[in-house]
Amino acid sequence: MNKTVNQKAWFFVVPVFVLVAFNAIIPLMTVVNYAFQETFGNNVFMWEGTRWFKQILISERFHAALGRQVLFTLIILVIQIPLGIFIALNMPKEGIGVPICLVLMSMPLLIPWNVVGAMWNIFALPDIGFLGHSLNAMGFDYNFTQQSGDAWFTTILMDVWHWTSLVVLLSYAGLRSIQPAYYQAAEIDGATRWAVFRHIELPKMKKVLTIAILLRFMDSFMIYTEPFVLTGGGPGNATAFLSIDLVKMALGQFDLGPAAAMSLIYFFIVLTVCWVFYNLMMKNESQL
Amino acid sequence: MNFYISTAIIDWWEMSKITLNELSHSYLQKQSKDEDWAIRNVNIDWEDGGAYALLGPSGCGKTTLLNIISGLIIPTRGQILFNDEDITEKNPVERNIAQIFQFPVIYDTMTVFENLAFPLRNRKIPDEEIKRKVNEIAEMLELTSTLHNRASGLTADGKQKISLGRGLVRSDVNVIMFDEPLTVIDPHLKWVLRSKLKELHQKIKRTMIYVTHDQTEALTFADQVVVMHEGQIVQTGTPVELFEKPKHTFVGHFIGSPGMNILPCEIDKGLVVVNGTKIKTSNLKIDNANFSKMEIGVRPEFISFNNEGLPVKILNVSNIGKNKIIETESDSGKIKLITKASEKIPEGSAFLTFKKEYTYVYGDNWIVD
Repeated sequence: MNKTVNQKAWFFVVPVFVLVAFNAIIPLMTVVNYAFQETFGNNVFMWEGTRWFKQILISERFHAALGRQVLFTLIILVIQIPLGIFIALNMPKEGIGVPICLVLMSMPLLIPWNVVGAMWNIFALPDIGFLGHSLNAMGFDYNFTQQSGDAWFTTILMDVWHWTSLVVLLSYAGLRSIQPAYYQAAEIDGATRWAVFRHIELPKMKKVLTIAILLRFMDSFMIYTEPFVLTGGGPGNATAFLSIDLVKMALGQFDLGPAAAMSLIYFFIVLTVCWVFYNLMMKNESQL
Repeated sequence: MNFYISTAIIDWWEMSKITLNELSHSYLQKQSKDEDWAIRNVNIDWEDGGAYALLGPSGCGKTTLLNIISGLIIPTRGQILFNDEDITEKNPVERNIAQIFQFPVIYDTMTVFENLAFPLRNRKIPDEEIKRKVNEIAEMLELTSTLHNRASGLTADGKQKISLGRGLVRSDVNVIMFDEPLTVIDPHLKWVLRSKLKELHQKIKRTMIYVTHDQTEALTFADQVVVMHEGQIVQTGTPVELFEKPKHTFVGHFIGSPGMNILPCEIDKGLVVVNGTKIKTSNLKIDNANFSKMEIGVRPEFISFNNEGLPVKILNVSNIGKNKIIETESDSGKIKLITKASEKIPEGSAFLTFKKEYTYVYGDNWIVD
């Protein structure tokens, strides 16, 4: 079949192009602009080449923030993925329990991020917050505004509360798509509960889990609002994750050049990890 | 291959008769009417080593019955006996049965070998033994060449063979059950797999129960066909019996193509009368007519044109190769008959006669004896 040549068809792409230009390409190019130049305002720019990139890449401050960020994301994934699967496995499969569980699970996901931060801030306050006060009453020396360990604990707990539901809902959807015959066959084959999980449930959940891990990686790696409202990155820099540190640099110190360079590095880290992860998963898929 | 058969017969042979006793099951908590029961008052004996088919339309309860035998469902009422031992409350593993489902169930992450070995490994059988058994079964099912490939890469019929293989590796199973196993198989492979099953049955002589809604599958596979209708067993018999003497009007029109002609009739002084025409039937002595509905049934194969008999109008003639199907209309309803293609078909109106020995009277859908 011969295709009709019609270059005017490109006009159909224009709306999307304009939209993407305004919400992604133009802002990104502005950042690129700042990343290679120095400015003192008044629209005066001086070319700096790769100086800001070198500066960021060797700076202790960036290493520390990146280290905190990687650690935070790892802890989040290690807790939320297994916990999410575990909860999904134990959710009811029929009856009135299903809608109840689904609604309960969706609730944290519906709360705006800064509200989550504010809620947990008040909830965890050592003097008047329910959590903080109770912990202290039980004899724990808990104060998330002053002790970095407590700040980490609270931030992780908050994120687990906020986002585990996403893993639960995705896993639950994956589990529900498994035909009952699989369980029946496994029962007849004499499979143990663990074997059913390992050889039926986990393989069937693989695709949704890939999505869950990707989403949780991206969101936790770029987390800003909740810890900003909860701890403001403190005490000191204890919970200053990459994005919080970035905002401090850009808006607090007005170091636009280094901040722009850091944004791009940050962006490429997220992009690379997602790309590598996705390709590894898909490669595995084709081998099956 | 021969080695396998001899070990199967000598080492593992165990008689296993299956008896279903007054079995009823309902998916509802409370049952008030007949329709609330998925199956009702089922009594049946499956002899050891038989090839049975459970035939019926969708929703007639055949899968429920199968799942009750395999132990996936505990029946609301009644008993299941294996060798006269009550196993109603036992789980599928204790019952030691194998079941093959509508679509292939395989373990995606495992190779073909591991799939076949899975039921044995779960039963803690020594590795040497597993290897021997799996190789034998793989050979039988022609899976040897793909034995170490990932099972998920196989075609639908290959996967279904694995499901079957997982049932066969345990050579001591009491019964192998098939729940419409050829649903997802390509038509040309259906035939191949079906003959393979038949061949397997002859080779290993294990009781097999084959559930299907397809009469061709049932009639070619089984020695005994059990026909189910609305949760009840309406007839059990050989394919020939089902064809020649249906005990229920449902069996009459479900089996055969086209199905049995069923016409309303009356009993007048012990004689069967269809709209004024006297008809001779094989169940002659009909003195009690205490039925709310009296019908006469005759298959299209046993009707012919004649100079006298039931007057009909010819509606339609369709040629199906060797034979012709003629659709006619009498005052009591439509009647189909099959004639040889060479036979001359009268035009307009004609008279039909029924072969007496294959014409039956049914009262409230059941044959009158």
